[in-house]
Amino acid sequence: MKKLTGDNLFRILAASIAASAVFILIVTAYTLTTGSSLVLQRFGTNFLFGSNWNPVEGREAFGALPYVLGTLVTSGIALLIGVPLSLGIAIFLVEMAPKFLRVPIGYLVELLAAVPSVIYGLWGLFVFRYWILDYVEIPLSNYLGWIPIFSGTPFGLDIFTAGIILAIMIIPTVASISKEVIGAVPNSIREGAYSIGATKWEVIRHWVLSYGRSGIFGAVILGLGRAVGETMAVSMLIGNATGPAAIPTSLFRPSQTMASLIANGFLEATGPLEKSAYFGVGLILLLVSLLINAAAQVMVTRVLKVKGGAVEQ
Amino acid sequence: MKTIYIITIAIAAIVIIAGGAIAYIFIAQSNSPNSQATVKLNGAGATFPYPLLNAMIANYTTQVETNVQINYQSIGSGGGISALKSKTVDFAASDAPLTASDMASAPNTLHIPETIGAVTIAYNLPGIPSGLHLTGKIIADIFQGTITTWNDSAIQSLNTNRTLPEKTITTIHRSDGSGTTFIFTGYLSLSSQQWNSAVGQGKSVAWPGGIGSNGNTGVASTVNGTQYAIGYVELAYALQNGMTVAAIQNPTGNWIEPSLASTQSAVQSGAASGLPAGDASWVNVSLLNTLDANAYPIVSFTYLLAYKELNVIPQMTRERATTLVQFLWYVVHDGQQLAPSLAYAQLPSNVVQIDEATIRSITFNGQNLPTS
Repeated sequence: MKKLTGDNLFRILAASIAASAVFILIVTAYTLTTGSSLVLQRFGTNFLFGSNWNPVEGREAFGALPYVLGTLVTSGIALLIGVPLSLGIAIFLVEMAPKFLRVPIGYLVELLAAVPSVIYGLWGLFVFRYWILDYVEIPLSNYLGWIPIFSGTPFGLDIFTAGIILAIMIIPTVASISKEVIGAVPNSIREGAYSIGATKWEVIRHWVLSYGRSGIFGAVILGLGRAVGETMAVSMLIGNATGPAAIPTSLFRPSQTMASLIANGFLEATGPLEKSAYFGVGLILLLVSLLINAAAQVMVTRVLKVKGGAVEQ
Repeated sequence: MKTIYIITIAIAAIVIIAGGAIAYIFIAQSNSPNSQATVKLNGAGATFPYPLLNAMIANYTTQVETNVQINYQSIGSGGGISALKSKTVDFAASDAPLTASDMASAPNTLHIPETIGAVTIAYNLPGIPSGLHLTGKIIADIFQGTITTWNDSAIQSLNTNRTLPEKTITTIHRSDGSGTTFIFTGYLSLSSQQWNSAVGQGKSVAWPGGIGSNGNTGVASTVNGTQYAIGYVELAYALQNGMTVAAIQNPTGNWIEPSLASTQSAVQSGAASGLPAGDASWVNVSLLNTLDANAYPIVSFTYLLAYKELNVIPQMTRERATTLVQFLWYVVHDGQQLAPSLAYAQLPSNVVQIDEATIRSITFNGQNLPTS
């Protein structure tokens, strides 16, 4: 028999703590699967591809497609707006900011990450949506209303507002990790680039960003993870439409994400079928999150293989 | 090697100290002089009556019976009913009566109407104060998207003294499942055949369009912040926040603005036409469109639910059962005095009488319990 040394004890302790992460994921997946079995049996693939959502007794119909699309579209908007801004912040802080600004601004950006999402939601609901409505949505709708994605009457409670709030929420995560990544690019790379006559822009674009791209990609995926799962702020701003009305055909229409749908409906779900439907949406949400992360892993390893330099980080 | 020993020992020490501390807290709690005297009751359910129940509980446990602790969690009617079914609470609160299948899984549950809900139609029309005339049919058409502008002839012809704007109506509904939606969609189903066949009644329904907001607060703030919007909020909330609300036509043809008095009239006349016994099914009870000339048409009971024979709840004692009965008695009597200040309507006397008989019928191990 092996002697129970401190080393072994510590190994067992650490391994069991690591195993608990796997265990929690398995238990969650199991609960969601058994919880949703009723709705999956009853509706089958229609649950994934259907668009009706009717909890009224005797008329039940549950289809999750609009909320899957709503989640993807709002997260997409968040990335589209949030990532360039975050990179701008990170590049400014590392490459350009004078020393006395670098620390306080970096600190403030990280502080944004500590603001609870419900605060963003409240601020969005009572302040921000009116700005967006008056200065962005109404002009866009007046001049570009003929483009389908800007059609409809803007209210300020729609996919567009929710996407922008999500963008604001992912900025601190993406910016602070990108800052670390860019900061870790060895100075010798920059010096080499300057020495062959590159401008600052060229150095940043061709050497610094390219060198750090797997790290930056990881930061973006973390941001996406936050955007996909965000519930409170989105639910307060997205307009919470259900059924076919929630399919995101225009930026200025109310919609719903999977997370906000669950938060809205689960508490007062009547009957086993409706409750099961929310479990089902939870299962899809879990799968979407896992897919995003798996895809990210694959892409990061690809990038690592192609771009040998990045491995040194 | 040494550091690993130190880490292991440190972790073990932390576990032991934390465990000891938790055990100490438990022992200290159960030995504290108060605990023997304190009787604890647990309840859970609807959010709508929560402010009133909370005030009643605070008043009861500080002024009436100081050795009683009552814990009410407003987790929603559905959650309250499942807690009652699994017998983890002593009483529950629900905005809707138990359905037949609920009654089957929680047999011998008593319905005790404890306060009244009314749904107001709130709107945001610049320059137009409370009192816009609307009928149930028109409200249904607006929420169904058949009437889309405020100056639609159906609305304008009922409001000849006002000039209504040629603006698109934005409808606001509750995004969370709620008793308020249940009452509101019940009224629309009663008023409009199209609504009844296309949408129906429920705590949440398949809304044909519009914006969903969370809670009364969410709907109210969205209506207030969106010009030409219309939504529905609970009476207590509308009164406390001074919202602009519509006068609805009742079956006698009168235009009635929502108020505590017009709500009470509805309950009084609804109850006069007969209510079931506390242990019967309340599914068919409706206070919508009652025939009193002054009654507001969109009104409903909200209920406290408790078992008729309390020994079905594990850990129930005669002492706790007595406390529960006395608290329920307080809720339908002295507790009602707290209602008007919180903008809830008081139960009329004919409903209180039915509640009295229901509460008297509660037993523990077959024995009746003293109500005071």
